[in-house]
Amino acid sequence: MYGLIAAESAIFTIFVVAYIFYLGKSLTGPQPQNVLRIPIFSTICLLSSSLTIHFAVRSLNSGGVRAFARWWILTIALGAAFLAGTLLEWRHLIFEEGLTIRTNLFGTTYYSLVGLHAFHVTVGLVALTTAAAFTFLGYIGRQHAERVKVLSMYWHFVDGVWVVVFTVVYVIGR
Amino acid sequence: MGSRIRIIGLRATALHGGAALAALAQPRAPLSPTNIFAPVSTPSQWIIELSRLVLMVTGAIFIVVFTLLAYAVVKFRKRRASDVREPAQVYGSTQLELAWTVIPILIVVVLFLATARVIADIQGAVRPSNAIEVTVIGHQFWWEYRYPSLKVVTANELHIPVSDPTHPTPTFLTLLSADTDHSFWVPRLAGKTDLIPNHPNLMWVDPHETGLYLGQCAQYCGTQHAMMLLRVYVQTRDEFNRWIQQQSRPAQFNGAVSEGQRIFERTACINCHAVAGTAANGTFGPDLTHLMSRDTIASGAVTNTPENLRRWIQDPGVIKPGCKMPAMGLSGPEVNALTQFLETLH
Amino acid sequence: MAAESIALPPSDASPPPLVERLHQWVTTVDHKRLGIMYIIYALIFLIVGGVEATIMRIQLIRPHNDFVSPQVFNRMFTMHGTTMIFFVAMPILFGFANYLIPLMIGARDMAFPRLNAFSFWMTAFGGLLLYFSFLGGDGLYGAGNAPDVGWFAYAPLTAQTFSRGHSTDFWILSLLVSGVGSIGVAINIVATVLCMRCRGMTLGKMPLLPWLNLVMAGLVILAVSPLTAAQLMLLVDRYLGGHFFDTQAGGSAVMWMHFFWVFGHPEVYILVLPAFAFASEIIPVFSRKAIFGYPIMVAATIAIGFISMSVWAHHMFTVGMSAPGNTFFVLTTMAIAVPTGIKIFNWLATMWGGQIHFRTPMLFCIAFLFQFLIAGLTGIMLGSAPFDWHLGNSYFVIAHFHYVIVGGILFTLFGAFYYWFPKMSGRMYNETLGKLHFWLFFIGFHLTFDFMHVPGLLGMPRRIYTYEPGRGWDIWNLIVTIGVFFQAAGVLVFIGNLLWSLRRGPVSGSDPWDAWTLEWSTTSPPPAYNFASLPQVRSRRPLWDLKHPDDPDWQYE
Repeated sequence: MYGLIAAESAIFTIFVVAYIFYLGKSLTGPQPQNVLRIPIFSTICLLSSSLTIHFAVRSLNSGGVRAFARWWILTIALGAAFLAGTLLEWRHLIFEEGLTIRTNLFGTTYYSLVGLHAFHVTVGLVALTTAAAFTFLGYIGRQHAERVKVLSMYWHFVDGVWVVVFTVVYVIGR
Repeated sequence: MGSRIRIIGLRATALHGGAALAALAQPRAPLSPTNIFAPVSTPSQWIIELSRLVLMVTGAIFIVVFTLLAYAVVKFRKRRASDVREPAQVYGSTQLELAWTVIPILIVVVLFLATARVIADIQGAVRPSNAIEVTVIGHQFWWEYRYPSLKVVTANELHIPVSDPTHPTPTFLTLLSADTDHSFWVPRLAGKTDLIPNHPNLMWVDPHETGLYLGQCAQYCGTQHAMMLLRVYVQTRDEFNRWIQQQSRPAQFNGAVSEGQRIFERTACINCHAVAGTAANGTFGPDLTHLMSRDTIASGAVTNTPENLRRWIQDPGVIKPGCKMPAMGLSGPEVNALTQFLETLH
Repeated sequence: MAAESIALPPSDASPPPLVERLHQWVTTVDHKRLGIMYIIYALIFLIVGGVEATIMRIQLIRPHNDFVSPQVFNRMFTMHGTTMIFFVAMPILFGFANYLIPLMIGARDMAFPRLNAFSFWMTAFGGLLLYFSFLGGDGLYGAGNAPDVGWFAYAPLTAQTFSRGHSTDFWILSLLVSGVGSIGVAINIVATVLCMRCRGMTLGKMPLLPWLNLVMAGLVILAVSPLTAAQLMLLVDRYLGGHFFDTQAGGSAVMWMHFFWVFGHPEVYILVLPAFAFASEIIPVFSRKAIFGYPIMVAATIAIGFISMSVWAHHMFTVGMSAPGNTFFVLTTMAIAVPTGIKIFNWLATMWGGQIHFRTPMLFCIAFLFQFLIAGLTGIMLGSAPFDWHLGNSYFVIAHFHYVIVGGILFTLFGAFYYWFPKMSGRMYNETLGKLHFWLFFIGFHLTFDFMHVPGLLGMPRRIYTYEPGRGWDIWNLIVTIGVFFQAAGVLVFIGNLLWSLRRGPVSGSDPWDAWTLEWSTTSPPPAYNFASLPQVRSRRPLWDLKHPDDPDWQYE
């Protein structure tokens, strides 16, 4: 998993570099400082989902499968809330501000970077949901704690990427 | 400056015995009109001087290591088939390893410093006030030249004045591109610099000898990259001024070719081409106002003769398959008339 | 410490039907079988890439030749480069790594066997996708077909405006797919080397081949990803109207170059480190001496890995970077020559005082040493930016990198083939044919690539489908093309030798070379489980210790 995280980090780094390089270079169209609103709620959801997944893994480690399931479902819900928030933000940007991926450099780099992250969140949610399904079918037990931990590492990575994306897009870039 | 260029045969054997390379460094009768070892302009000369140091050093390294390797292979070969004892196992030697780490580092430092100096000199050159300024715009697959202060626009054959080393009059070229990446490489004048859209570049040349210098596009730009040739005419000051005056005039017309002119103006030619003094002011293709002042057409692909011109107009794809000028589907007589008209554009 | 295999009694049943055997190969997760599949796959594409090169060389044999059209020629150099790098060199090196690493570290398989199989099939599919472009790539005005944008696909030539049709998309997608496979292999190698070494084998007692492949895998993880990212950006530009590389909207063509070469330069180290690994295993055995300076070899490898991530823009010296920018990359490029040169000295010192046996693997490795020396020196020339302003993008560069890839990497690969062929197949190849292959290929290589430097020095740029007479290039191009036929002959002899020896070669036994690493302690070919009991080692050359109990390595390390 560390290997995969290293590779994915390199991919995200390139998209972040492109984003930063093109800041202020759009010839026309909406600019970040005019249209971006800081997604506080989504961010809180995603970051706290790291906490909940940590508790889930800890529960499973000590054998509490039911506690594990509860924390796990909560993580999924928080992740889904984050995605919903992103979608709402995009709807606002596209239909009310007129910013699409083809509008200008800002549009291209913004949707690519945030979209790549959202894609990784989605993949993570699919994996987490699959694990949840197995839990409810009774297949997950304490012996799977190690594997669940590996999955949670991916989730922590996705959250870590969001911290970077958030800082670059909504703090530095505006 | 012929006296500054010495035969570099010995250094050239750095390329493992290239005796033929000794013949390369002959500026007076070059083995090739695009020989990098026959510089006539300061940037090229500085590069070749640097290359002498690099070739000397790499040549020396080559001789030393090659000799050691060859010696080892010969001296330590297994001699008798019956010899089955293993040789002494030596696992390492700190002194030796230190030596062959430190010495390469020193060599690298020397080469690096020499290189850094030349980079700074070439890229940091200040444009003097009497420099000629040319804007070069790369197209698929031809070269556009504009002299902004002299108000001249031409294509494919660049004319610049010779530069006296004691009172230099260099030419500074601003490099732009209208489409994809290209690269301006006339080896005897300077190293290559790319033409990249949305990324203007600057280079300079100061040729010390008059003459025609050849090169070609050196960055793959599409189907006809290979035939995007460069021709740089270095002229005396007087010749250059005369050329500028001639290029500044609008086209002179001759009533006898009005049929050809009519075809030119009515067909889609004027969408792409410009002829000063007519309705044609397209910029996609080369400016044709002084087409007959050029030795070649199609960016150096063929010589500028009536027959070649006719063939070109009939179907450019026969000479340069994949180029951007389409065959206009003209009939024989139409092509003839058009050619006659173009033949008057001096 | 015994690492002998249990000889299974011969089975009385007749071999399973062909369908059954094919099914076993297709569904295998055994590292040895996957390794062999990678190697065979790569050999097929080696032939294909070689045909593409031959077509180009015939076209260039004289000026204004019309053997092929410019459109076809441009596809040839694009496909040749893309094929050779991604579907020959990488798969074949992954194949050897897959086969050898578990055996050399005393493990039963790679860490993630199913990921291993998945990675192979991704790479395989990528190659097929690329070649499907010849059939399926037609776009507007018939402008599609195989990609013709060069293997590094510079923007904006790859934009929809300039590359209509789907040819560029085949380039992008096939590499995206095989890139996933590459990253999978890399993750597998890292996990295997770090976690699955046998008892007693600390990292300091591991043979150099796993070490070099470990660093290579790290580079793959860090370097292939930027290419993936850049290609995703290109897809966004081409299909979603994005502007990453759209210069009309303020985008940067230079940024594509940066992203590509951040991948592209480490990529060549990804290719060369396994070649170093082969040399580091073969040269000691055929000099009958331990590798000289093992710790420094490891340190130099790690140094190369790090520095290689910082030299990329030496491919961009002509692009118009600032003087400080150019100067920085000159420094890092020259710096990487130091650890690389150290390795050459260490190999030389390994041979020094030894007892050199001129068997086919060693012939190829000796040639490698001379050729890699030259390649490194022309690399230093290119690293001096002003000199590169002439030599870059010319036939000098083509000569240089083929010197590295063919003269360096392919030569050691041939050496590796001959060296490990007995282990993989259980049979010994024909030595006379091996030597014939060597000499034919050696002559052809030097005819082609020595003389190829000259047109570059005389001003001939690369990627041109024809050239003008009167530039002094004609004779050199002729000689270069002649060399191709010698190389082709050599490769044919090689394949013939392999195929013949597979059927008729004498049985080789488990240790035909009297070598010292763990793979030679098991049968040839190894059983599916590799070792009867997992070995335990005390030094870097466990078999040397066994064969020389009075003078074992662990007393000196």
